[in-house]
Amino acid sequence: MRTIWAICKRELLAFFVSPIAYFVITGFTLLVGFFFFNHLSYFAQLVEMSAMISLRGRDLPNLNQTVIEGVYQTMVVILVFLIPLLTMRTIAEEKKKGTFELLITSPVSVSQIVLGKFLSLAIVLIVMLSVNLIFPALLITYGDPEIPPIVSGFLGLVLCSLGFASIGMAVSSFTENQVVAGVVSMVTLLLIYVIQAPAESLGGTAAEVVRYLSPVDQLQDLLRGIVTLKSITYFVSLIVVGLFLSQRALEAYRWR
Amino acid sequence: MIEVRGLSKSYGDYQAVADISFSAGKGEIVGFLGPNGAGKTTTIRMLATYLPPSAGSATVAGFDVVTQADEVRKRIGYLPENPPLYGEMKVVEYLKFIAEIKGVARSRIAARVDEVMEQCFVADVRNKLCNHLSRGYRQRVGLAQAIMNDPEVIILDEPTSGLDPKQIIEIRKLIKSLGERHTVLLSTHILPEVSMVCDKVVIVNRGRVVVEGPLSQISRDKSLEQVFLESVSQDGSLVAAA
Repeated sequence: MRTIWAICKRELLAFFVSPIAYFVITGFTLLVGFFFFNHLSYFAQLVEMSAMISLRGRDLPNLNQTVIEGVYQTMVVILVFLIPLLTMRTIAEEKKKGTFELLITSPVSVSQIVLGKFLSLAIVLIVMLSVNLIFPALLITYGDPEIPPIVSGFLGLVLCSLGFASIGMAVSSFTENQVVAGVVSMVTLLLIYVIQAPAESLGGTAAEVVRYLSPVDQLQDLLRGIVTLKSITYFVSLIVVGLFLSQRALEAYRWR
Repeated sequence: MIEVRGLSKSYGDYQAVADISFSAGKGEIVGFLGPNGAGKTTTIRMLATYLPPSAGSATVAGFDVVTQADEVRKRIGYLPENPPLYGEMKVVEYLKFIAEIKGVARSRIAARVDEVMEQCFVADVRNKLCNHLSRGYRQRVGLAQAIMNDPEVIILDEPTSGLDPKQIIEIRKLIKSLGERHTVLLSTHILPEVSMVCDKVVIVNRGRVVVEGPLSQISRDKSLEQVFLESVSQDGSLVAAA
């Protein structure tokens, strides 16, 4: 445990001493802010329109659905592109710089390396997502959204980003080239993101499978305030698969 | 302390190390010599549990480098050819991290880090980023890292390369003092260095051991330089140079 924490602390230092973490967090917040503003003005338009045609209680625009769900869904897309930038260096850089040789020949297990690094990624991502709670906080201050979907949606985003990070780290552990790691993770995450696209044409069991594998579909319930075991299991599995692959890749590297 | 028996490593058809055997006793400083590409680094990497051997076996500090790698790792200090530094860390931060992963007791970390910094003459750069260090300092921080957990066996891959003459003298002194209590395997191709610090010499060429023995015995009749040149030029490749 102590070793895992030591590795995690070192990673955090690397993230926050080099400007990587600041740039990624700032970039993410800027983008989310932009989309928040867009969704909010769209919502304002809807409100205006519905006032004109006076729907009164039926199909009134919903702050949660229009703004929060919309922004959260967009955040997933941004994560697909930003997380590889955070994860690409995790292990590839160590291999390139020769510090991997140090870690491997120290009394540290591969699992400890993987867990320490994942923990640091998790902390950076949770900080990054928490900064963006400022937008729902604004809504709560000036409006009256439902709180549960905000909370469960946030939980979903955290789980989803941890899953993505875990996959990104796995990719990074197969190469010593950071750019390759970045590109391959981005492509992989994008494929995972759109995996349910052919569901319609596939039909049948295949459609169910790709829908189950889709983070977008799995997030849907969470974004609406419904926490299901199925979606939690999905994201936890994604994390475990990534960690497992990283562990295997490093173990194999040790014995190549 | 180090027992190598028939160690081999091949990459596909290329045999980097072929059937190497030698040993190093407790408190011995062994000079591991050979021309570039002789298989020194590969052998050292196998002993440091970084690479698995293709054949043969080796024990370091009494443990097998393959089946008991974890035990070996607790008992070795290893300085690879390129000092494995984290550029974005200060020297003192880096050494603290090393102390943590090498299992130095928490209460002892600060004192131990100060100690090795003194020993390796890096105390004056303690707050510099590793990225900003000169080659000589990098090498010495790497050495500080290797002796952090007071290991039984210290494996050094060309520790004096890139140092200035004064630093070389200091590092040799340090290695000599380490040899009093530890077993040191010192890879190098600087011959005077071996004459100065080593008790025993192992010369490898083309992945094979060509000479092994105590320094006093080997350099009794001829100089170490002659022995080296003769042994590595048996296949004729280095005759011209000799």
